[in-house]
Amino acid sequence: MIHSLFLINCSGDIFLEKHWKSVVSQSVCDYFFEAQEKAIDVENVPPVISTPHHYLISIYRDKIFFVSVIQSEVPPLFVIEFLHRVADTFQDYFGECSETAIKDNVVIVYELLEEMLDNGFPLATESNILKELIKPPTILRSVVNSITGSSNVGDTLPTGQLSNIPWRRAGVKYTNNEAYFDVVEEIDAIIDKSGSTVFAEIQGVIDSCIKLSGMPDLSLSFMNPRLLDDVSFHPCIRFKRWESERVLSFIPPDGNFRLISYRVSSQNLVAIPVYVKHMISFKENSSSGRFDVTIGPKQNMGKTVESVVMTVHMPKAVLNMNLTATQGSYTFDPVTKVLTWDVGKITPQKLPNLKGLVNLQSGAPKPEENPSLNIQFKIQQLAISGLKVNRLDMYGEKYKPFKGVKYITKAGKFQVRT
Amino acid sequence: MTDSKYFTTTKKGEIFELKAELNSDKKEKKKEAVKKVIASMTVGKDVSALFPDVVNCMQTDNLELKKLVYLYLMNYAKSQPDMAIMAVNTFVKDCEDPNPLIRALAVRTMGCIRVDKITEYLCEPLRKCLKDEDPYVRKTAAVCVAKLHDINAQLVEDQGFLDTLKDLISDSNPMVVANAVAALSEIAESHPSSNLLDLNPQSINKLLTALNECTEWGQIFILDCLANYMPKDDREAQSICERVTPRLSHANSAVVLSAVKVLMKFMEMLSKDLDYYGTLLKKLAPPLVTLLSAEPELQYVALRNINLIVQKRPEILKHEMKVFFVKYNDPIYVKLEKLDIMIRLASQANIAQVLAELKEYATEVDVDFVRKAVRAIGRCAIKVEQSAERCVSTLLDLIQTKVNYVVQEAIVVIKDIFRKYPNKYESVIATLCENLDSLDEPEARAAMIWIVGEYAERIDNADELLESFLEGFHDESTQVQLQLLTAIVKLFLKKPTETQELVQQVLSLATQDSDNPDLRDRGYIYWRLLSTDPVAAKEVVLAEKPLISEETDLIEPTLLDELICYIGTLASVYHKPPSAFVEGSRGVVHKSLPPRTGSSESAESPDTAPSGVQAAEQPAVIPTQGDLLGDLLNLDLGPPVSGPPIATSAVQMGAVDLLGGGLDSLMGDESEGLRSDVGGSPAIGGGGFAPAPSTTMPTNLGAPLGSGLGDLFDLTGGVGTLSGSYVAPKTVWLPAMKAKGLEISGTFSRQVGSISMDLVLTNKALQVMSDFAIQFNRNSFGLAPAAPLQVHAPLAPNQSVEISLPLNTVGSVMKMDPLNNLQVAVKNNIDVFYFSTLYPLHILFVEDGKMERQMFLATWKDIPNENEAQFQIKDCSLNADAVSSKLQGSNIFTIAKRNVEGQDMLYQSLKLTNGIWVLAELRIQPSNPSFTLSLKCRAPEVSQYIYQAYETILKN
Repeated sequence: MIHSLFLINCSGDIFLEKHWKSVVSQSVCDYFFEAQEKAIDVENVPPVISTPHHYLISIYRDKIFFVSVIQSEVPPLFVIEFLHRVADTFQDYFGECSETAIKDNVVIVYELLEEMLDNGFPLATESNILKELIKPPTILRSVVNSITGSSNVGDTLPTGQLSNIPWRRAGVKYTNNEAYFDVVEEIDAIIDKSGSTVFAEIQGVIDSCIKLSGMPDLSLSFMNPRLLDDVSFHPCIRFKRWESERVLSFIPPDGNFRLISYRVSSQNLVAIPVYVKHMISFKENSSSGRFDVTIGPKQNMGKTVESVVMTVHMPKAVLNMNLTATQGSYTFDPVTKVLTWDVGKITPQKLPNLKGLVNLQSGAPKPEENPSLNIQFKIQQLAISGLKVNRLDMYGEKYKPFKGVKYITKAGKFQVRT
Repeated sequence: MTDSKYFTTTKKGEIFELKAELNSDKKEKKKEAVKKVIASMTVGKDVSALFPDVVNCMQTDNLELKKLVYLYLMNYAKSQPDMAIMAVNTFVKDCEDPNPLIRALAVRTMGCIRVDKITEYLCEPLRKCLKDEDPYVRKTAAVCVAKLHDINAQLVEDQGFLDTLKDLISDSNPMVVANAVAALSEIAESHPSSNLLDLNPQSINKLLTALNECTEWGQIFILDCLANYMPKDDREAQSICERVTPRLSHANSAVVLSAVKVLMKFMEMLSKDLDYYGTLLKKLAPPLVTLLSAEPELQYVALRNINLIVQKRPEILKHEMKVFFVKYNDPIYVKLEKLDIMIRLASQANIAQVLAELKEYATEVDVDFVRKAVRAIGRCAIKVEQSAERCVSTLLDLIQTKVNYVVQEAIVVIKDIFRKYPNKYESVIATLCENLDSLDEPEARAAMIWIVGEYAERIDNADELLESFLEGFHDESTQVQLQLLTAIVKLFLKKPTETQELVQQVLSLATQDSDNPDLRDRGYIYWRLLSTDPVAAKEVVLAEKPLISEETDLIEPTLLDELICYIGTLASVYHKPPSAFVEGSRGVVHKSLPPRTGSSESAESPDTAPSGVQAAEQPAVIPTQGDLLGDLLNLDLGPPVSGPPIATSAVQMGAVDLLGGGLDSLMGDESEGLRSDVGGSPAIGGGGFAPAPSTTMPTNLGAPLGSGLGDLFDLTGGVGTLSGSYVAPKTVWLPAMKAKGLEISGTFSRQVGSISMDLVLTNKALQVMSDFAIQFNRNSFGLAPAAPLQVHAPLAPNQSVEISLPLNTVGSVMKMDPLNNLQVAVKNNIDVFYFSTLYPLHILFVEDGKMERQMFLATWKDIPNENEAQFQIKDCSLNADAVSSKLQGSNIFTIAKRNVEGQDMLYQSLKLTNGIWVLAELRIQPSNPSFTLSLKCRAPEVSQYIYQAYETILKN
């Protein structure tokens, strides 16, 4: 099981270590640094590294490497999932998962890690339970604590820990009972040179924010549940009901959580909301090139495409770019060679266009590769797959909750090849 | 107010100040001080000097302070064992605390203190906690047993904690069950022999119930534990699968993958005809694809596992090719894995898409990725024949880009394409030659040189090209030097007149100026070969090469099956069994897939190679570079060169009319015989060659080369068998009553490559017999007399004569039933007599029936499962070595031997005279006199007869 954890920042400093069994020397991280050096780019460090006596399994999140040390045969996914859970917990507790936040709260971090894992076995990873055991820091609480001398460690056994619904604590009370659901869909797509779709799929999630008193039992039904054939559920969902009736029936955790994630695969037609016209060329032997990109709306069901941003990793030989944008603003970073064009809203009457000259390193050969365009966008009030929530019913409690559903479509990994 | 203040130091010295604060009367100050200590500890500062002061803070009602002190204790108790004893009392007291949180905390912390003196005190509280009324305490105690076992395994056993732990599997609380399973699994890992997790249908049922209710982590432990269970029949396997499938929709990817493991394993037991089997296959695809939309680290592990799953059951993901398309901002480790799977999924149906993608990738920025993409294009060409032409033209386009590393990779793969499709794409050689100068990597240079040598007759200036390489001979890497040597020798054999000087130059460079033994020895081999017998040299060096197989990096089938049992673990990421790399795994138990128990196995998936593929298409695997023997490409991979069958037909012809119409009536229909077209590897018909060489190498190599080379060949060809195979005692084939007084008894034998029929003719009539002749009807393997039946003197009454009739296998072929039936006609001066006999198949096992290991693996995998036949050989008391040497005597070659769970597994190959390969796996259990023989062959009809041959050989 998980032996130790090292947190390492981008400059290679180990700023926190935690051992659940015997102490493993920091020097084990040298193997990690070696791999990091080899990978050049931080994102390319392989997640599983073997060393003569240990295995290092790492994730990279928010500019921090979470490196765990294991010694025996352990499912790596288990370790990776757990590490992500640790990062999520930090995020949840401190508002951000950064080196400063962790250093500022080092004792809480330590207490959390001790509570999350015992001898390498996960103990309590549900944020509901953790929050009962160790109170998250707030300014108010630290003031109160320093006056009254009380601690921020709970001294009673968390109620959810042993029940059949470990994700919910007992005795939840709200004056305003609310249940909100955000249906967020991301389109992953690869569009080829000619504008036809090589690959497209929709990754959807329903994120919920439930603030309901007592033990509410909810059922959420959809207008078109058939769309959901590949789904991952939060443990609270009763699988049998879904199998038989296609209804999500569950006793929700308290607060924010991801209810389901789903995938609408390329077999079903995935609508592509934008198109890109592009002309990027480099002239032979003339150290210059042309760049001309236009973005326009396609199938967007009458909704506005907004927050459009295009990023392009230009070839190494590009020195600078002289462009004019009809809309929004662009930046080019000559060091990383990244061109970013912040377009904003697309109005169909006047399509945003960015064009101009590319300056190449003189004497360098004409770049072989044409850069891919990475597009981000957002469409409010639309789930591109067509998924629609039908109704939400609540059983088990008597009050009338306030309910709300929001839809949003975003670009995920949306790439246009040129 | 943040904790970073704890890191600031003061002038006086940190330790001193902390000490003072820790001993302060004020609670709040104490707590702050302990926090400071912990903060220092987290960054690796040594604060062990404060041990007594911190321990003093332990007795407190404040839970936070207590926890902090515990944290400190866990870290430093080891370095201060004597001081740690001071804490024991508090621990023991806390274990009795009314608050379950404190009881659990105490027992948990105590287990983490790895000091012997403390563990002694731990036993009593632990025993109580294991039976605590509160499940929270019980589940914590369960883990504690694992901790204690790690510190002192003997103690745990003596105290009977293991039994208590086993009892917890039946606990009413699912969380407790999960932790008990986890603890037992961990203990079992270091105790492979102990039967800790003794699973039976009842306990399985409990686990399955707990599975639905416990936490996600608990589900992982339970699923991993379930995977070790062996259901007693397919019905039980199915019911477990049904209860596990809902886990595929879990949000935690580790749960999903563990569930996939259980399903993949138990699926093995389900009959493929079952509707449920198909449903299950369909259910497996979506969760695997979903894993690919997770974080890149998860994707990586998922992809490594999918790689295994795709090899085992390609049908699961065959429609999901697109999800493996690479996005330009995927991390490189994900890109490379995706590419690998794309190739595995490539088929005729999707090849166009795949190629378009690969071409796109070949223009990316990342060098490693581009290289692999180019290589992948080549692999596509080799895998999907219909796409070969497009692949080649794509590769040519890429060569035109003149990007150095792209060109080099392209040339390396084109070499393989030439091997796979000879005489098809050689028109591109000119383009390749243009890029000769830009090649700077050894592999690409070697590939180019190989091409020039192989096609020397089509390249006008081949000699100039090779000469240009020769100038810097000593600066080249060994790989290039060896290739250059071979290429020039080939060139010489093709154009002897112009290149004599060149070949002398390279031979002297290789033999005299080089200190590399491989190079020198190969140089000498060629030299002697050329000087002794140029004709033989030509036959050796320019022999036709077997085709290469499509997949070069498949995992050995038994290893693959084992790895399937380890889906989701480190083993699956490294594609090695855990025993190969996990440290401290004391004799890991090998896991194996359960055998199928269902009724029929008829419906094999359509994806696997059609069984109609004949033995002639046997692919060989390209030997890996650096494999010294394999590197002698032209020597040991070349198929045996057979001379024309001499002196056979004449006799046959002469004999035909004497048999007259009798044969016609014997022959059944004229249907196509079993014997396949042997094509690339002509069979050596034993009897056809006059001097039987003493080694097992392709026959007409050995003789002229002299003994010095002979033993070198021995290395490559397997061990020489001088003894010949088993000969059964003679039996009466034709009783005298049926043949007007002629009695014929006989047997078959095989001696160093030649088959003979040993006959005893007895004259039981009253008159002298003469003018003997013999003829065979067409038979399954084309057996025919290689010489006329020679009975020199007339056979007087009551006299007998022993004759050994040499046979060959170049006669006409007709499938007989039974397969080994031989119909014989014998004529003498009295009449023509017919009889039929069964010949043992092992006389047809040829001497070069030893397969290369890699080829064995590829072939085993390639042959569809329905061609596998299993037999029991009963009452045989030999051990593995004796078996293997006995079989070797009859040309059944043991390629590898493995010991799995105490039983010996022998992997064997043999080849029949008509080129049919038979692969065998023989399982020998030391205590059990009956062996299990699994045979795989493209012509499954022969399996039964091969089995008979095994029986005969082993029992005599």
